[in-house]
Amino acid sequence: MGDPNETYGEMWQDLGMNLRAHCALLDAIPKMYQSAYLSQENRPDGMSYFDFVVSEIHGLRIKELMDHKAAGGKVVGTFCLYVPEEIIRALGAIDVGLCAGAEWGYNEVEKILPRNTCALIKSFVGFKLDRVCPYVESADLVIGETTCDGKKKAYEIFGEMAPVYIMELPQMKRPEDFTLWRSEIDRLVARLEDLTGKKLTLENLKAATRDVNAKREALQRLNGARKASPVPISGKDALLASQVAFYDDVSRFTEMVNKIADELEARIAAGEGVAPANAPRVLVTGSPMAIPNWKLHDVIEKAGAVVVAEEMCTGSRYFDTLTDETPETLEGMLDAIAHKYLGINCACFTPNEGRMDDVVRMAEEYGAQGVIHYALQFCTPYQMEARGVEKASREAGLPVLRIDTDYSMEDIGQLQTRVEAFVEMLAD
Amino acid sequence: MPVLGLDIGSRTVDAVWLEDGQIVHAVVLDSGFDPQAIAASLVSQRPHDAMVATGYGRHHARDAFGAQVVTEIKAYALGARSLFPDAAAVLDIGGQDTKSIALDHFGRVADFEMNDKCAAGTGKFLEVMSRALGFTLKEMAEAAAGASDGISISSMCTVFAESEVCGLVHKGADRSRIARGLHSSIASRTLASLSRVGAEGPLVFAGGVARNRAMVDLIREGFSGEVVVPAEAQLVGALGAALSAARSPDE
Ligand code: SF4
Ligand code: SF4
Repeated sequence: MGDPNETYGEMWQDLGMNLRAHCALLDAIPKMYQSAYLSQENRPDGMSYFDFVVSEIHGLRIKELMDHKAAGGKVVGTFCLYVPEEIIRALGAIDVGLCAGAEWGYNEVEKILPRNTCALIKSFVGFKLDRVCPYVESADLVIGETTCDGKKKAYEIFGEMAPVYIMELPQMKRPEDFTLWRSEIDRLVARLEDLTGKKLTLENLKAATRDVNAKREALQRLNGARKASPVPISGKDALLASQVAFYDDVSRFTEMVNKIADELEARIAAGEGVAPANAPRVLVTGSPMAIPNWKLHDVIEKAGAVVVAEEMCTGSRYFDTLTDETPETLEGMLDAIAHKYLGINCACFTPNEGRMDDVVRMAEEYGAQGVIHYALQFCTPYQMEARGVEKASREAGLPVLRIDTDYSMEDIGQLQTRVEAFVEMLAD
Repeated sequence: MPVLGLDIGSRTVDAVWLEDGQIVHAVVLDSGFDPQAIAASLVSQRPHDAMVATGYGRHHARDAFGAQVVTEIKAYALGARSLFPDAAAVLDIGGQDTKSIALDHFGRVADFEMNDKCAAGTGKFLEVMSRALGFTLKEMAEAAAGASDGISISSMCTVFAESEVCGLVHKGADRSRIARGLHSSIASRTLASLSRVGAEGPLVFAGGVARNRAMVDLIREGFSGEVVVPAEAQLVGALGAALSAARSPDE
């Protein structure tokens, strides 16, 4: 490929991006990708699709978004799994996840946010301040939500720079919380109808739900293959698929993931794997890992273990459950959507016992021998909930390693030592 | 031919040559500013059949001279257990980190903890404080051991603690009692970490700081079980690496 600035420079300029800073960002990704991804052996052939997606991360996909906008469509940015993508899709808009997984613009960010803000928030604010993320810049509306305190407050600041709409998320899951959540979905529908100039109907909502469910089913298949031993796909590759699910074209993504799943199923039948059958198997649980945050998976897999599952928003929480497609009224469909989302076990809720059950159940299903709890530094919900996860896992006989880290590479030596020692412990 | 165990740490590079389970030669050298060069000189010093590296420079040793690697956690567990076959836990306070390791019945690592990425509570911390007090490391340990009680230091951050210590010295506080206070706070942090991993006695106290009498006394006082300090406290990691080299089938 030639100079991306030659191919896409004009488009980025039109989006009002800071081309110089953006160049530096685009330079960093191939190096990270080479070291984490392309250096892996025996990857499934189908992963070449994701190699392509990553190489065109700010190019081709953005071009598609721009074409969609030129044809009168809208782009909606989101930061949380809870924002129902079925509704966005039904109204002909494209949903893109805006969570940021790379450290960017912290000098500027720390002028307006406290230093002890989690890396995810600092990064999305940094991307916006520096105008280096074409997804953020192309969004006609950004939907925030009242989850953790950091995000809630950050959206107020973000709102000074971009159009932001906030959904109120309950913090508990009682019937009255459902009622609130259900009414928030109605509010969202009204706001999005206003944005798109379209009406939500039973037909378009059902069709969109079918598409999104198909995407989740494809991810279920791909991830289901990780239960096999030897494992046919690395944790890093599976994580990448989950990360890309948040911004890729839904139908194409579904088709490609299903192809990879076919390949993985053939590998399982042939007893072929990416790691020896006796490689220690690890489940990772915790804060979301937004693209290109591959740090922990890379350390774990370079230490000789394999990650077999992610209990996180970039993982099982995204695809484990489907939205009921059977209701025959619009109201019924919206109820089904409300139910589906309120079923997600996020640490912003209290209590959140469901997450402990999920971790233990998944460890068993995926044959994990140990659990690594991952929390972003200053992410209070997950850092505090680590204790409960650790307790439940130990009671189930699973050793646990707790990692609190961020996007920087400062702690990499220490991280390697702790992870390697944990892997040695699982192997002994 | 012997096997070689290398522990490439931030303060020292240690090497142990092991033959038929016996240490035939051992060296401890200052890491200086180029620990890898020192490691390389040790590797070529004597012949060996197999080689395992541990310590923070282990990956370099793997890339530079094809050493196998084990973490310090495992190396200390192996080393401590070979010196004290009934050891149930290991404490290593080294130059830049502190490790608490609980062993199971078979001597395998059951749980472990390392201090955070800062130097709080490590050998490095003590070094900085001794300078602030105008003591050598040895003098500081003696002074701390001799003091009847300590002046408590509120911060364990190396930078804050240093300015706190300087402030106390300026106010004319007794340097021995400050030294004692510093040792006590490190000891209580360390004991808390040992209890979190569920460490029981006998505990093998290894690493450079195990030669500090005041620290050993304080850990002994606060720990529920027996505490033993090997004569070769600094070599436990290298010994563990050598033992793992003797075990490893390949090479
Ligand atoms: S962790 Fe919670 S707040 Fe964050 S994206 Fe997931 S569901 Fe939303
Ligand atoms: S990682 Fe934690 S602190 Fe950061 S936005 Fe998500 S829930 Fe909030």
